[in-house]
Amino acid sequence: MSGFSYPILPSGHLLAIEGLEPPHISALLDLAESYALLNRQGKTQRDLLKGRTLINLFFEDSTRTRTSFELAGKRLGADIVNMSVSTSSVNKGETLLDTAATLNAMHTDLLVIRHAQSGAPALLAQKVDAAVINAGDGTHEHPTQALLDALTIRRRKGRLENLVVAICGDVLHSRVARSNIHLLLAMGARVRVVGPPTLMPSECARLGVEVHHDMRAGLDGADVVMMLRLQRERMNSGLVPSPREFFRFYGLDAAKLSHAKPDAIVMHPGPMNRGVEIDSAVADDAARSVIGEQVEMGVAVRMAVLDVLARALRRNA
Amino acid sequence: MRDLLITNARLLDPASGLDAPGALLVSGGRIASLKGAPAEGAEVLDAAGAILCPGLVDMRAALGEPGAEHRETIASAAQAAAAGGITTLAVLPDTNPALDDPALVEFMIRRGEATGSLTLLPYAAATKGCAGKELSEYGLLREAGAVAFTDGTRAIAAARTMRLALSYARGFGAMVVQHPEEPSLAGQGAATEGELATRLGLPGLPAAAEAIMVARDIALARLTGGHVHFAHVSTAAALDLIRAAKDEGLRVTCDTAPPYFDLNETAIGDFRTYAKLSPPLRAESDRLAVVAALADGTIDAIASDHQPRDADDKRLPFAQAEAGGAGLATLLGVTLARVHGGDLTLRDALALLTCRPAALLGVEAGRLAEGAPADLCLVAPDRAWQVRDGALPGKAQNSPFDGRALEGRVLATFKAGRRVFG
Repeated sequence: MSGFSYPILPSGHLLAIEGLEPPHISALLDLAESYALLNRQGKTQRDLLKGRTLINLFFEDSTRTRTSFELAGKRLGADIVNMSVSTSSVNKGETLLDTAATLNAMHTDLLVIRHAQSGAPALLAQKVDAAVINAGDGTHEHPTQALLDALTIRRRKGRLENLVVAICGDVLHSRVARSNIHLLLAMGARVRVVGPPTLMPSECARLGVEVHHDMRAGLDGADVVMMLRLQRERMNSGLVPSPREFFRFYGLDAAKLSHAKPDAIVMHPGPMNRGVEIDSAVADDAARSVIGEQVEMGVAVRMAVLDVLARALRRNA
Repeated sequence: MRDLLITNARLLDPASGLDAPGALLVSGGRIASLKGAPAEGAEVLDAAGAILCPGLVDMRAALGEPGAEHRETIASAAQAAAAGGITTLAVLPDTNPALDDPALVEFMIRRGEATGSLTLLPYAAATKGCAGKELSEYGLLREAGAVAFTDGTRAIAAARTMRLALSYARGFGAMVVQHPEEPSLAGQGAATEGELATRLGLPGLPAAAEAIMVARDIALARLTGGHVHFAHVSTAAALDLIRAAKDEGLRVTCDTAPPYFDLNETAIGDFRTYAKLSPPLRAESDRLAVVAALADGTIDAIASDHQPRDADDKRLPFAQAEAGGAGLATLLGVTLARVHGGDLTLRDALALLTCRPAALLGVEAGRLAEGAPADLCLVAPDRAWQVRDGALPGKAQNSPFDGRALEGRVLATFKAGRRVFG
């Protein structure tokens, strides 16, 4: 770790990958990598966030992301409160700002928020004193997911630069895709998005990605194949005619994967729809799938983010 | 009331082309003379070289009253209008209740008169309850004083309903004002579809939703011989269609609003809900097309498109926040920015704010002529000010121009010869 410099997040929050500079991203990944090592050795740092309050504020259900933040916070010694706010009672955003006022009164230090509306964490960040971490907002961004994906890729491939990464499926509704696109492009990877035109965001190519509608061409020579979750409600809204048609043309199976590089890795942010966007045989292929490692890196990345933001709080106090 | 003599003014009347230094005499609430003959016993106001033009005629505003008085009352809107130089205001009918009954139209006119500063010209609902199904009573509503028919911020979606509206309104010599947006394509869109909406992860509303509705309604105007007026036109494609329809001789007119020639979609920046409007702010190429259409006469009027919203409407995640911006106090200043920018002449800009909308609405307003009502606006065209949330006149503070510096300020507003602002 020669030349290690402590990472910073200039805004004091982690709201989005877009806007972060490559040195910030690299430094965060380096720190997360060291946490990954410590985690494997069973070593904890229970004094780092001692006396700090972390609130997991989840307006959407997500067991795995919430658990990952919870574990990350506990390993650093934070006091953690989980607040799950059922979506039915929070269709009006007043509740969001009412909640913000309540959290402020409780002197929360770190606030992890997931919300179904794009921009909700940014709105909250304007109203609270805590450092805000976006754990997924609508179809906007999911920055810690992109960081853990990048860390997983870097560990497997040794680098991010010049890798060919194919992001496949429902790009339109995917905050994971947006954060990954911003991060991977910033770090010099080549990014392709692959999916039916009805699931592609408008003017997607202007983000700097190559757009493909054919899996074989999209996966051709790829180092990394990143699958996205296709939510059931997309079927109902008529964007895709049926699950079987989607699986036939855009589901990842061994035949389609054969167009990628022989050592290409397969990723998925979870939870998977087996038989819709990914075939079980591929998802469970230990030689290709790094889905388990993604989950492991998730904890390390979130420890790094909490650590960095808590240090900034200390500086500003 | 004493006569009033405004001296040392730059008299500017876009309808007649008058633009000369002079004095104006007001007597009995009307313009008595533009010759400036000194009048015995008159109150004299030295304009110190400022522009004296007709009070502005704003052909499109939604008011909080009736039904949303927590956002704005007619009294507070009148205060904002007076500060903005507006003396005649056409108001939308999609209130609660909707203005689909002659008694409600008469009520709104009387409420306007009661302000003493502002003539309210109600549009009546094109369909009962602005629900888009059955036509309302155009003849009775017209007799009660409705200036035209529209469902306000809702598009008349069904082609058959629009056909009937255009056809039936024609019998009463009235136009139908359309919010040009194809609703099934617009869906739940919160921002114009494109790169920015993609980056922000906001549901996109394709710009083509406007041109599709404009194309359809032009075809219906051709079919019926009716007069369709498109409100707040914001895209190049729609303006091209309107230009061609005018060349063809169809009865097609349109207006736009200051946000569409002063701002583009980047104003929504980091989820800035004050810049969430309907139609949504567009790409820069569309903004430039709106500026060009103002200059070449395709656009017939500039309206404030005032939509009062309170903090609870706007302090929400972007897609959940209400669309709409306050626009009364900034109508003139933002329009003058295009004059200062060299895109419009001062005379053309003022015509778009006075005599041209007055002609569309069929009212005696918006000109400096002997015998005309003394609705006047005294303007310092170069005086600088800054739009600031919390410091705007009236209750509604939701300006998409928050923070913008403007050149051109209303010094005084007169309604029927009485000073109502400044």
